[in-house]
Amino acid sequence: MIASNPLPHLNTASKHHQPTLYKPKAWAAILLVICFFAVLPVLNLSTPENHAWHVSNYTISLLGKFICFALAALALDLVWGYTGILSLGHGLFFALGGYAHGMYLMRAAKDSSDQLPDFMVFLSFDHYPWYWELTQYAAYAWFLVILVPGAVAFIFGYFAFRSRIKGVYFSIITQALTFAAMLLFFRNETGFGGNNGFTDFKYILGFDITASITRASLYWVSLAALLGALILGRAITQSKLGRVLTAIRDSEGRLRFLGYEPLGFKLFIWTLSAILCGVAGALYVPQVGIINPSEMSPENSIEMVIWVATGGRGSLIGPIVGAATVNGLKTWFTSAFPEYWLFALGFLFVLVTVLLPQGIVGLVQKLMKNFASKGVN
Amino acid sequence: MESYPHTLDSPASGGTVSYGRVAQKGLDVSHGVILYLEDICVDFDGFKALNNLTLDIGVGELRCIIGPNGAGKTTMMDVITGKTSPKSGQVFFGQTLDLSTMTEAEIAHSGIGRKFQRPTVFEHHTIFENLELALKVNKAVWPTLFARLTGQQRDKIYVTLELLKLEKLYKRQAGLLSHGQKQWLEIGMLLMQDPKLLLLDEPVAGMTDAETERTAELFNSLRGKHSLVVVEHDMDFVESIALDGKVTVLCEGSVLAEGKMQTVQNDPRVIEVYLGR
Repeated sequence: MIASNPLPHLNTASKHHQPTLYKPKAWAAILLVICFFAVLPVLNLSTPENHAWHVSNYTISLLGKFICFALAALALDLVWGYTGILSLGHGLFFALGGYAHGMYLMRAAKDSSDQLPDFMVFLSFDHYPWYWELTQYAAYAWFLVILVPGAVAFIFGYFAFRSRIKGVYFSIITQALTFAAMLLFFRNETGFGGNNGFTDFKYILGFDITASITRASLYWVSLAALLGALILGRAITQSKLGRVLTAIRDSEGRLRFLGYEPLGFKLFIWTLSAILCGVAGALYVPQVGIINPSEMSPENSIEMVIWVATGGRGSLIGPIVGAATVNGLKTWFTSAFPEYWLFALGFLFVLVTVLLPQGIVGLVQKLMKNFASKGVN
Repeated sequence: MESYPHTLDSPASGGTVSYGRVAQKGLDVSHGVILYLEDICVDFDGFKALNNLTLDIGVGELRCIIGPNGAGKTTMMDVITGKTSPKSGQVFFGQTLDLSTMTEAEIAHSGIGRKFQRPTVFEHHTIFENLELALKVNKAVWPTLFARLTGQQRDKIYVTLELLKLEKLYKRQAGLLSHGQKQWLEIGMLLMQDPKLLLLDEPVAGMTDAETERTAELFNSLRGKHSLVVVEHDMDFVESIALDGKVTVLCEGSVLAEGKMQTVQNDPRVIEVYLGR
């Protein structure tokens, strides 16, 4: 091989492929937005209710929820936007993470770790089922938050990807999977509280779960998790593995001829995505105070897809913007015209598909490009 | 980076001892021949796609294969790459690798690259990234996640870019390239994997005259570095790359004529199958 670079003008290529995550400007923008959202709970805690700068408890809990949704959307985008695997069952992983954390919260609400929750007493259980073992320890429950969605995704993904199930068939199977899980969790005998699920949480790590400072902390942890996931996702999608993932999306057969086995790559991103989604669910549950099987309903998973599509898939910022926009719209719409939300959602989806194939982020990029080229002329 | 799981010493190779000499592991081209096809028969429900086809390709040779439609050119490529298994006959890569016992992936890893008619490149990646993905490195998940291009690998990409005359476009998305440029890029992607033998199925189909000329130039520059088998209809193109090399004419699943382009073109049997009837 030639020792020195034979084509000096190509030196910029090395810059192009260095592992820089974002340009300084983009970093500044991201950190500015994060700082803005991180300050809100401070205003909530430090100002009296009638103060002009006061941020209400309601706003904080609403935004905390949105941050969890944004994390779930980002996870979904890794498999859909980047790898071309459309999952209509990510609500399952979200709920599994939520349930795993909920098990700890249920036991933390009791005076002793042997005391059964009410739903088990009503079903005349005399002790905790084996899978509740050790869930009185928060650290173990958090481990389950990662393990359970990850393991379910890995096993399901292994068989689905090995059989080369693709496209709409894969989507339908994921939809069926979350539906089946919902039916399972609806059963009282499953030991997860049937259709009521888990609620009446009181403490988390010994802190009162309804206290403002606890809520603020959960909000900050969620925000940090979202930032962490954004950086992790960016690092992966900017790596060579990220380029292999988009190559799977664009031409899986060609990639096989180049000597790559897509199975491992798909499993990697699919499992990671499920874990991130599980973490989002686990952070969501203490903030809303309830988890029940309706979180696994197919509608929830489809709504996640709409968040990603609206924000712009194939960009990590897009799903965050999409989750915030659609949920903000939903909050307003369901109080103003509660009956028409699903129509509005459907209309939004059609609108985005027809007019904004790259979502909001794509639209902004296009406008910026137009603006820049006009500036030159 | 250096360990490559499916190199030439795959289980299908080696192990046999011939002529009192310990068989080498991997590709053995000590006899100067890289590919042997012997008495290959392929039968599709009674239709003999290949009928006692016998052919050998030398190391570094550029062999053109021509023949009318249905002569069995594509089937021959399928047999070599393991897509179709022959009913009878032998296919050897070098002296020791029996291709009929290997899977498609093993054959690809052992050093046979195939270019299909329609170009398939990764349209959303740049030219540089397309070549980077094709680079011959460990392609498992973890090494890929932490992969960083070494200077040597980057040089290799540059050399290929230069060979393809795409060096000024390296940042361009492959989807924006012309048909001919995509074909070259795909050939470049094959070259990145250091193939010993390249099979090219109608590489200039759909190309403009200028592109065809450029492709001929490219193939001539590859002569000697890789062994090439080119299947083509375009006679002018074949003439421009065959030079003094051998040209094989296939007809009805077996070799009709073989020799220099001039000789073959003047062979009455060849004229008969191309122009007669």
